[in-house]
Amino acid sequence: MSQDLFPADSAATPPEDGSRRSFIKQAGGILGLALAPPLLSQAERLTAFSKTVEGVTSMTLKVNGTARTLQAEPRVSLLDALRENLDLTGTKKGCDHGQCGACTVLVDGKRINSCLTLAVMNQGKEITTIEGLAKGEELHPMQAAFLKHDGFQCGYCTPGQIMSGVACVQEGHAKTDDQTREWMSGNLCRCGAYPNIVAAVREVAGKA
Amino acid sequence: MNNFSYTPAATAKEAIGIRKDKKDAAYIAGGTTLLDLMKANVEQHPQLVDINMLPFKGIQETTDGLRIGSMERMSDVGENALVVQQYPVISEALLLSASPQLRNMASIGGNLLQRTRCGYFRDPAFPCNKRNPGSGCPAQQGDNRNLAILGTSEACIATNPGDLAVALVALDAVVTLENAKGKQRRVPLLDFHLLPGTTPQRETVIEPDELIVAVTVPAAAHARKSHYVKVRDRASYAFALVSAAVGLDVQGGQIRSARIALGGVGTKPWRAQEAEKLLIGKPATEENFRAAAAAAVRGAQPREHNRFKVEMVQKTVVQALQELMA
Ligand SMILES: Cc1cc2nc3c(=O)[nH]c(=O)nc-3n(C[C@H](O)[C@H](O)[C@H](O)COP(=O)(O)OP(=O)(O)OC[C@H]3O[C@@H](n4cnc5c(N)ncnc54)[C@H](O)[C@@H]3O)c2cc1C
Ligand code: SF4
Ligand code: FES
Ligand code: FES
Repeated sequence: MSQDLFPADSAATPPEDGSRRSFIKQAGGILGLALAPPLLSQAERLTAFSKTVEGVTSMTLKVNGTARTLQAEPRVSLLDALRENLDLTGTKKGCDHGQCGACTVLVDGKRINSCLTLAVMNQGKEITTIEGLAKGEELHPMQAAFLKHDGFQCGYCTPGQIMSGVACVQEGHAKTDDQTREWMSGNLCRCGAYPNIVAAVREVAGKA
Repeated sequence: MNNFSYTPAATAKEAIGIRKDKKDAAYIAGGTTLLDLMKANVEQHPQLVDINMLPFKGIQETTDGLRIGSMERMSDVGENALVVQQYPVISEALLLSASPQLRNMASIGGNLLQRTRCGYFRDPAFPCNKRNPGSGCPAQQGDNRNLAILGTSEACIATNPGDLAVALVALDAVVTLENAKGKQRRVPLLDFHLLPGTTPQRETVIEPDELIVAVTVPAAAHARKSHYVKVRDRASYAFALVSAAVGLDVQGGQIRSARIALGGVGTKPWRAQEAEKLLIGKPATEENFRAAAAAAVRGAQPREHNRFKVEMVQKTVVQALQELMA
């Protein structure tokens, strides 16, 4: 019987390549804002896309300020499109069912689980992944706070935690430790780094 | 997940038109129920119709209450000032649901149509009358800890897992549906979800060619003074083991009107009207709350692993009423 609300056994196993290192490397991604072509408005989206899409088709996603075109079927989740098609592997797949938060990204500034939405539905929206947080070599304050407070062990949940932490502070939901715990509860950590994660998010909230 | 075609609908007419011709097509709003179940191969649909661009928006005060568009997101409704102040039980139920991420994605319409978390239903390796009518119900003798004690049948004992619907059913909410002809009908939420009976595959009265447009909630003193308590296996991000939505109008020491609904225990969002009646005209004392809670679970039919719910839900009702009066 399938386990509810608990990732299946292998689900959250950390990758063997040492995700801390790749996390820091990916954090250095460059923002390509200036190069991005103008984006479609909602009305343009409607006329341009109000037709049935079938099989592998071309779609455009605006990720970290850059419009990127990919070929995929409509059934491809935003998570798989980011990881498999756009090679943005910072966003992790834990459960693939909305139960762990490893896949958290921001869409139009709001945190969501990228495993439970389709890539094709997210055209014309601003998508921000962990790769889009740093400015050049300068880490985002939330990334720096996670390093300072040791907000991780294996690091597998960390990109999701950081994205969620950024949104949590922006929403104004990190005013106390208790509030932070509740509003960060959509991100599970199998290593149990919770106290340090709360410390990191609280520090950024305090400075905000 | 099976392959499917995808159509973003520009109008309700277009969306409904597709579904009218192709009954096994599905609407997609937030996708948090639909894609979850399609990935698990519990549901298969040849076509998804994206309804996110439909104008079923707005959280508004009307002449007789509150109107919530079906495309509004759980997070926006949960933190809406009008809802927080005038209908606290709705806000509390929403903000105790799922996770911040899921609440940003999930729509109010989709929330009312979420499906049971029964583990056998969610795993196609098992028989299940709801997923595959006539195949049997392994939960009756199996792992039924999370399942229902009220409204069960020989065919199915699955719990309706939602929180919002429990709050809404307590406040006499009404669902507005629109069909292919553009005709609207209004269904009380109490009658919207169906008991499993011999047809557990039929969960609501919505027809294939209908869309949920909005939910309306009448304004009332018991809505302004209302509260939701949810008991879970862990502190957050979990479905209810049991929950209680309560509302009271107390004047001059006497209860003028009462609303009690239960979550996590019913095969549908469970309104406890007998319990409410017991409170009318009485003072708001713990003793009276206990009597009402006992009436709320009369006729409960627990199975082997969910007997604890009979007592737990009564305590939750009493706690909710006491916190409301505190
Ligand atoms: C890990 C997890 C934890 C959760 N925890 C909770 C919880 O604690 N409490 C709780 O209440 N819920 C919980 N949920 C359920 C969640 O709230 C629902 O999945 C969500 O509300 C569904 O909304 P949606 O917009 O994503 O629906 P979708 O998945 O898009 O749609 C669901 C169904 O409704 C249909 N539909 C959607 N909108 C309409 C419409 N306007 N008219 C007609 N048909 C429509 C779709 O065709 C589909 O069949 C949880 C979900 C997950 C994945
Ligand atoms: S309780 Fe209902 S959903 Fe669960 S196995 Fe039985 S028939 Fe299926
Ligand atoms: S991968 Fe677990 S929530 Fe998306
Ligand atoms: S899961 Fe290992 S650091 Fe969180």
